[in-house]
Amino acid sequence: MQAKRTIFPNKFLPYLLLAPQLLITIVFFLWPAGQALWTSFLREDAFGFKSTFVWFENYIQLFEDPAYLNSVWITAVFALAVTLLSMSVSLLMAVSVNSLIRSGKAYTTLLVWPYAVAPAVAGILWWFMFNPSIGILPYMLAGFGINWNHRVDSTDALILVVLAAAWKQISYNFLFFLAGLQSIPHSLIEAAAIDGAGPFKRFRTIVFPLLSPTTFFLLVVNIVYAMFDTFAIIHATTEGGPSGSTTILVYKVYADGQLGLNLGSSAAQSVVLMAIVVVLTVIQFRWIERRVQY
Amino acid sequence: MATVDLKDVKKTYAGNVVAVKGVSIAVPDGQLCVLVGPSGCGKSTLLRMIAGLETITDGTVSIDGKVVNTIGPAERDIAMVFQNYALYPHMKVYDNMAYGLRNRGMGKDEIDKRVRETAKILELGALLERRPRELSGGQRQRVAMGRAIVRSPKVFLFDEPLSNLDAKLRGQMRVEIKNLQRTLGVTSVYVTHDQLEAMTLADVLVVMNGGLVEQVGNPLDIYEKPASTFVASFIGAPPMNLLPLTDSANGATLSDGTAVPQAPKGAAILGVRPEDADVAVGAAASAGGLSLPATVEGVEPVGAESFLYCAAGGQKIIVRVSGRSPANPGDTLKVVAKAEKLHWFDTAGKRV
Repeated sequence: MQAKRTIFPNKFLPYLLLAPQLLITIVFFLWPAGQALWTSFLREDAFGFKSTFVWFENYIQLFEDPAYLNSVWITAVFALAVTLLSMSVSLLMAVSVNSLIRSGKAYTTLLVWPYAVAPAVAGILWWFMFNPSIGILPYMLAGFGINWNHRVDSTDALILVVLAAAWKQISYNFLFFLAGLQSIPHSLIEAAAIDGAGPFKRFRTIVFPLLSPTTFFLLVVNIVYAMFDTFAIIHATTEGGPSGSTTILVYKVYADGQLGLNLGSSAAQSVVLMAIVVVLTVIQFRWIERRVQY
Repeated sequence: MATVDLKDVKKTYAGNVVAVKGVSIAVPDGQLCVLVGPSGCGKSTLLRMIAGLETITDGTVSIDGKVVNTIGPAERDIAMVFQNYALYPHMKVYDNMAYGLRNRGMGKDEIDKRVRETAKILELGALLERRPRELSGGQRQRVAMGRAIVRSPKVFLFDEPLSNLDAKLRGQMRVEIKNLQRTLGVTSVYVTHDQLEAMTLADVLVVMNGGLVEQVGNPLDIYEKPASTFVASFIGAPPMNLLPLTDSANGATLSDGTAVPQAPKGAAILGVRPEDADVAVGAAASAGGLSLPATVEGVEPVGAESFLYCAAGGQKIIVRVSGRSPANPGDTLKVVAKAEKLHWFDTAGKRV
């Protein structure tokens, strides 16, 4: 397919028409990104009086810092856990709802609600539920002999943020999975049933492979979400603690720059994050169009 | 090798929608039974009940003498060819055909042997490594057939398998299906809305309407002696001319008052097939035959034959003549038909 080439009578008109979009991109993306890049080469004193150009010193220090490497590890674990949890739960729900004939619509509506909850509110919600002093869940868990305290226990803290972040994303995944399931012709399932495949085998050999474009798309979207969109949830629940055990990369940018006032390091971290986003986006565009089709 | 027996089969959907109102059909071993009828007549529902894809509200379906009402589709030992082929798009042709065999735990060598044999029969050998989207409509149709044949099931079920093909290919595949079915000798049930397919394929033809069977029998018997006006107008193209009769003091008359003395008692509708009617200028009708003064309103030459649209007896009558039309629009002539070619139906539309 080839786009039709439009000839403008005035040479400046096309630029004028593009200007608003370009302006927004420049002001809200290119300018801050450029500043971050520039700042990442500087080292500033704590009071902001003086800054020195230090080339890649900030980056070198960053990758030698065990706290940063730990944060990379936490981010990987966190992103993977959130993605797997929210995708598997939403796939399960989508398959269940898809098998309903009349009540499916009602369930769909209910399952989409969490998406409308603001991340900070969702964070607070989970913070209350899991609050070691007043929360209902630690109280119930104590009944099973499990001592829940995400303020002290780093595993508990990580589980909490994973749960909260995954819960928030289930609606989105659910909608995509449901749409994907509904686009699979029913006669394929029937043909497989006649071919002697039971429900599980049908899912494994027919439905799941046909869902693979949706699954791959959601995989990338969920990783991006877990890595970059979960700041509010973490901020409202654990604030990156205890002792940095839930400090994912995005949160560390904030913690080091805003709280620690180490602007150079913070800027270097955000440049690294920017690179990750670029890579993920390229993967998504490249592969979704080529690799995942049948 | 098996028989298929339906006994008073009914299907009611949620909300009291009755799709099938009690159908009994017996398909003898090795025969091809065609269910034909307009959309919504319940023919597809019936087929899906035989396949086990729909539950049976009432009555029994037996395959090979065994009632299969509560048995799942996989255990009925049937194979189905779907209208949209339902090929697994992510599998190669080979795997599409092998899927059902693998699910039944057949050995690898045996599967390979069977798939290659079937591919040979259907001339699919060169396509085994392709995916469905790389095939043409006719090839997909063949693969769908192959997937059914490879399992050598007791019964083949066809759900309008040719309706997604263009006219030329449809004719080819029709002949092929017939030949295959005859060679393999597998009992088959075939659903279609196309009367031509129904006539040419069927050993047993079942004409359905509104969830009920209108007539069962040999296709030519049905063509020659349609049991009702519905069957008369559904089988045959163009459809049979149906002229309503009114009872008056001097016997049955057409709507414009033309007397039809040969009408038997109780006849309310006169039927003449376009191909049984002829036009004649001034000639007298054969004894007991029909002879109506008519005006030609239109002529459709299609090459081998021509259709004459005539106004006669206050009705429209289509007459089919071979070759060129002997008359032009505006001509007045007579529409004639032999006595033995006239069909009579009562007020309820049943044959008299």
